[in-house]
Amino acid sequence: MVRFSFAGEELIALRAGALFWPRRRALIVADLHFEKASWFARFGQMLPPYDSIATLADLTALVAATEARELWCLGDSFHDPRGCERLPAKAREMLTALTASLRWVWITGNHDAGLIDHCGGEIIVEAVVDGIVMRHEAEADETRPEMSGHFHPKLRLNVRGRNVARRCFVATPAKLVLPAFGALTGGLDAGHPEIVRAVGPGAEALVALDDRLLRFPLAA
Amino acid sequence: MAGVTLPPAIAGWFAARGWRPRRHQLEMLDAAEAGRHALLVAATGAGKTLAGFLPTLSELAERPAEGLHTLYVSPLKALAVDVQRNLLTPIGEMGLDISVETRTGDTPSDRKARQRQRPPNILLTTPESLSLLLSYPDSFALFAGLRTIVVDEVHAFATGKRGDLLALGMARLQRIAPGMRRVALSATVADADAYRAWLAPDGDIDAVTLVEGEAGAEPDIAILLPEGRVPWAGHSGRYAAEQVMAEIEQHRTTLIFCNTRSLAELIFQDLWKANALQLPIGIHHGSLSREARRKVEQAMADGRLRGLVATASLDLGVDWGDVDCVIQMGAPKGSSRLLQRIGRANHRLDEPSEAILVPGNRFEYLEARAALDAVEAGALDHEAFREGSLDVLAQHLMACACAAPFDEGEMLAEVRSALTYSALTAEMFARVLGFIRDGGYSLRAYDRFKRLTQNADGSWRVSHPRFIQQHRMNAGIIVEATMLNVRFNNGRTLGKVEEAFAATLSPGDTFFFAGLSCEVVRIDTEDLIVRATSRPARIPTYGGARMPISTNLADRVRGFLWDRDQWARFPDDVREWLEVQDYRSALPKPGQLLVETFPREGRHYMVAYGFEGWNAHQSLGMLLTKRMETMGLKPLGFVASDYSIATYSLEKVTDPARLFSADILEHEFVDWVQQSHLLKRAFREVAVIGGLVERQHPGKRKTGKQVTFSTDLIYDVLRRYEPEHVLLRAAWADARAKMTDVGRLANLLDRAAETMLHVDVERVTPLAVPVLTLIGRERVATGLADDALLIEAETLAAEAMRID
Repeated sequence: MVRFSFAGEELIALRAGALFWPRRRALIVADLHFEKASWFARFGQMLPPYDSIATLADLTALVAATEARELWCLGDSFHDPRGCERLPAKAREMLTALTASLRWVWITGNHDAGLIDHCGGEIIVEAVVDGIVMRHEAEADETRPEMSGHFHPKLRLNVRGRNVARRCFVATPAKLVLPAFGALTGGLDAGHPEIVRAVGPGAEALVALDDRLLRFPLAA
Repeated sequence: MAGVTLPPAIAGWFAARGWRPRRHQLEMLDAAEAGRHALLVAATGAGKTLAGFLPTLSELAERPAEGLHTLYVSPLKALAVDVQRNLLTPIGEMGLDISVETRTGDTPSDRKARQRQRPPNILLTTPESLSLLLSYPDSFALFAGLRTIVVDEVHAFATGKRGDLLALGMARLQRIAPGMRRVALSATVADADAYRAWLAPDGDIDAVTLVEGEAGAEPDIAILLPEGRVPWAGHSGRYAAEQVMAEIEQHRTTLIFCNTRSLAELIFQDLWKANALQLPIGIHHGSLSREARRKVEQAMADGRLRGLVATASLDLGVDWGDVDCVIQMGAPKGSSRLLQRIGRANHRLDEPSEAILVPGNRFEYLEARAALDAVEAGALDHEAFREGSLDVLAQHLMACACAAPFDEGEMLAEVRSALTYSALTAEMFARVLGFIRDGGYSLRAYDRFKRLTQNADGSWRVSHPRFIQQHRMNAGIIVEATMLNVRFNNGRTLGKVEEAFAATLSPGDTFFFAGLSCEVVRIDTEDLIVRATSRPARIPTYGGARMPISTNLADRVRGFLWDRDQWARFPDDVREWLEVQDYRSALPKPGQLLVETFPREGRHYMVAYGFEGWNAHQSLGMLLTKRMETMGLKPLGFVASDYSIATYSLEKVTDPARLFSADILEHEFVDWVQQSHLLKRAFREVAVIGGLVERQHPGKRKTGKQVTFSTDLIYDVLRRYEPEHVLLRAAWADARAKMTDVGRLANLLDRAAETMLHVDVERVTPLAVPVLTLIGRERVATGLADDALLIEAETLAAEAMRID
C-alpha cells in the first residue's frame, strides 16, 4: 500500500475504492447506493437483491483489515431515502453490527437526503475533519481542502487494443473525489467535463493497485 | 398430380404468360389439400415464395373470406419490394380480391391497432412482431381462424434465437388455431429432415411433407488468380483489385461479397482507386445507416450501379437488380453460404450463375477449391440445432402472460411441443417462471414487486398493466452492442460503430467508413463526429461476427493435403508449397493433428493445424498459453486462423501432447471463460432478452449523470451470490456454443490425444507462413493483466507529459 499526501495528511488509496487515513484510523467511502437493486425491482427490473450484502461484505472486510476506528460515508449511501427500510434482514444485521463497532458517520447526498432510519451512526450534511471538508458533492468555489463523492469517477483506457476500466480517485492539490464503492454503481469517465468543472484544472486520476498508486493526468 | 385443380383465375394467369405451374408448386398444393404441413427446399429463382402462397391464393380464390387466413413470417424487415413482386403483382394480375398487409417494427401504430381489429387475409411479419401480436388479449380472436403460417428463409434463422422465438410462437398459434398448417420455405440445405422436425408440432417429422424444387443449372464458378500467383499472406484478396475491377467492367452488375465489414470498406477503397472508368460502385453493410442502405438498394434495383461491395447483410432475400456476376473476396467459409451468394446472380433457373472466388492466401486457395468441389458435388454444410434458449423462453412466457392468464402445466406442454424445447424439465420451466415473477432469487426480497402473480386457481397473470407496457417496449431478440452514431457536424448520419471501437479513437484519428476516409472531430456520449479527409485511414474493427470455416470445407482441405493426386489441379506455387512442406516437415493424414515446433528470432514457435475454424482456435490459444504459463514455458502470445494456431514462447515446447490433453476443457476452460469478457458479453444479451434489464433506447441515454447500470456489475454480484441462476446458465450456453465453439475444440483435442503428429524442425515451415504473417496477434496476459496494462499506460502518459 502506498501512501500519498493530501492537504498535509498522509492517506492510502485502497484498491477496493476506499480511502484510509492512518493517523485517524479512519476509512472513507462514497456512493454505497445500498438497495439500488430493490429500487429498480419496484419498476419491474428484478436486479439481484444482493447488492447491499455484497457492498457490506466488502466494507466489513476492509474494516477488519485496516482496524479502522471510524468510517465516513460521503453520501448517496442509500439509493433513495427509503432504501434502509428495504434492507434484507441479513444486510440489516451486517450494517447494524458494523455501525455499532466503530464511529460511523453518514454524510447525506442527493439520493439519500432526508435519511431517517439508518441502522445506527450519525447523520450530517457535511463536516470539517482536521481542516478537511467532507461533503457529498465537490463545490467549485470551496477554498478549504475537500473530500467528496457523487461523480463515480472511472478511468477508461485503451492499451494495446484492449479497453481497461477501473474505478479511480480524482485529485487536485485541494480536492479529492472518491470513486463509488457500491457493488452496483456504474461510473462516469474521470475526464468528463462535469468532473473537471467541479475540481478545476490540473486534476489527476489515481488508480490504486496492490502495491502502487498510478497517476494519470486528466485533460482540463 | 393427384387431383390438384387450380381455380380458373390462377390457371388463367399461368396460361396467359405461357407458363405452367412447376412441379414443386403443384406438390405444395397437394400437401395443402391433404391438410399436411410442408417444407419446400428449393434454389433461389424457383418461384419459391409464390409456391408458398399458392395454396392460400387458391383457397381464397375459391372461397373468399373475411379475416386472417395466412401469416407469413420472414427474418427480414424490408419485405416490401420482394413481396410486391412475388405476391401483390400476381394477386393483382389474377384479379383476386385478397388483402395483403405488412406488420413490422416500422409499421405506424394506428395501422397496427387497426390490423388487430380488422386484419387482412394475408399478414406479412417478422418473428419479433408476431411475438408482440401474441402479447395482446385479442390475439385469440385474431388468430382463431388462421389456416396457414408460411415461414420464409427458414434456413437462415431456425437454429438461432429468433428461430426459438418463432418456434414458441408457432406452438402458441397451434393452440389457438389447432387446424393451422405450418409451411416453411428454405434454400437448399444439407439436412432437410432436421428442418422438417423443427417445423413439425411435437417434432413429428412424418407430419411434414418434404417438397423439393428442381435443380437449377450448374453454376459457373472460377477461381481468380492474377498472373497465376497466390500470395503467401493476407486473407482478403485485396491484391486482386484491378482484376476485380476488370470483371465489373465486363458485366452488367457485379456483387462483391466480403467476409467482414472492415474488409468491405478496404476493398471498396481499393476498387475505387482502380476504377479508371469511374463506374458507379457502392458499398452495403450492417453498420451503415438505414437511409444509406436503402439508397444503395434502390440504386441497385434501378440498375444504376455496376458494382456493389457487400457483406452478409445481403445474404438474405431481397432480390433486386440484374446481377450477372458474384465475386467472393477471400475464403468462402462454407459451401451452403457460397451457393446462396452465387444464387444472387441470375434469377433464372435455366441459366448458370456466374461466380468468381478470389482467395487471399494459399490455404484460402485450398478452401476455395474445396468449396468449388463441394458445390459441384452438392455437399452442403450441416447446421447445428441446439436446445432452445432460456432467455427467449422467458420473453415468450411474459408475452403469453400479457395476453391472458395461463395454467403452468398446459403452458409447459405447449412449450414442449416446440422441438428445441421438448427436453425442458418441469423444474427448469418453474425456474424460468420464477425468474419472470421476481427475478427467481433464493433470497425472496421482491415479494412486493412481483411482475407475475398466481390466481386462486393457480394460473399465472401479470400483476400490473405497466409491466405489459414494459414488456412491449423491450421485447426483441437482437441486442446490439452499445453503438455510437457516426455523423458529420452538419448532422448527416453515416451509420454506427460499436462503443468499444469508438473508445479506441481520439480526435484526429482516421478510419474508413461508408466508403469514405473519416477523421474524428470529437466524441460525445452518443455520437462520433467526423469530417471527410483525404488522409489515409487505419483499419476499422467495428462489429460484425467472424464466420469460421465449416467442418465440411475443413474436411475437404485436410483431404487435399494428404491426397497428392489432387495437387495436379493446383497452381504451381500452391503445389510447390505443399511439396516443400512434405519434404521439410510433414503433411497430416485426414484425422491427424500436425503440430510443428521450430525456433525463430529468439522465440520458440509451436503451430498446430487443427482446421476447426477461427473461434475454436482462438479459444485454444487462450487455453494453451495459460497451460504453457503454468508449465514454465514463458509464452509471449499466439495468433489464430481458420486453419491453425501458432503460439510463441521463450522456452521450447518439447512435449505438445501434455499441452493438448482433454482435461484442459475442464480446468483451464471454465476459469478462462469466467474471467474473460465472453461471459459478460453473453450475459448482457440474455439479461436484455430475458427482460432482467431494459433495453437502452437510442437517444434516451442520459448525458452526464450515469443512470444506467452495467450488466457487468450485475453479473459479478449474481456470480458471487447466486451462481446457479437461470440467466447465468443461459449465458454459459451461449458462450459455449456461439463464442468459443467448444464442440469443435473438443473434436480437436480428441484428435490430439489419438493422432498427434509432432514434428520438430530447425526453422519455419511453408505451412506455418500464412498464420505467422496474420495481423491480430494476442499477447499473453500474465497475472493481473489489466494491472500491467495500466502500469504501461501510466509510464506512457508520464513520458508524453514530461517537459524537458
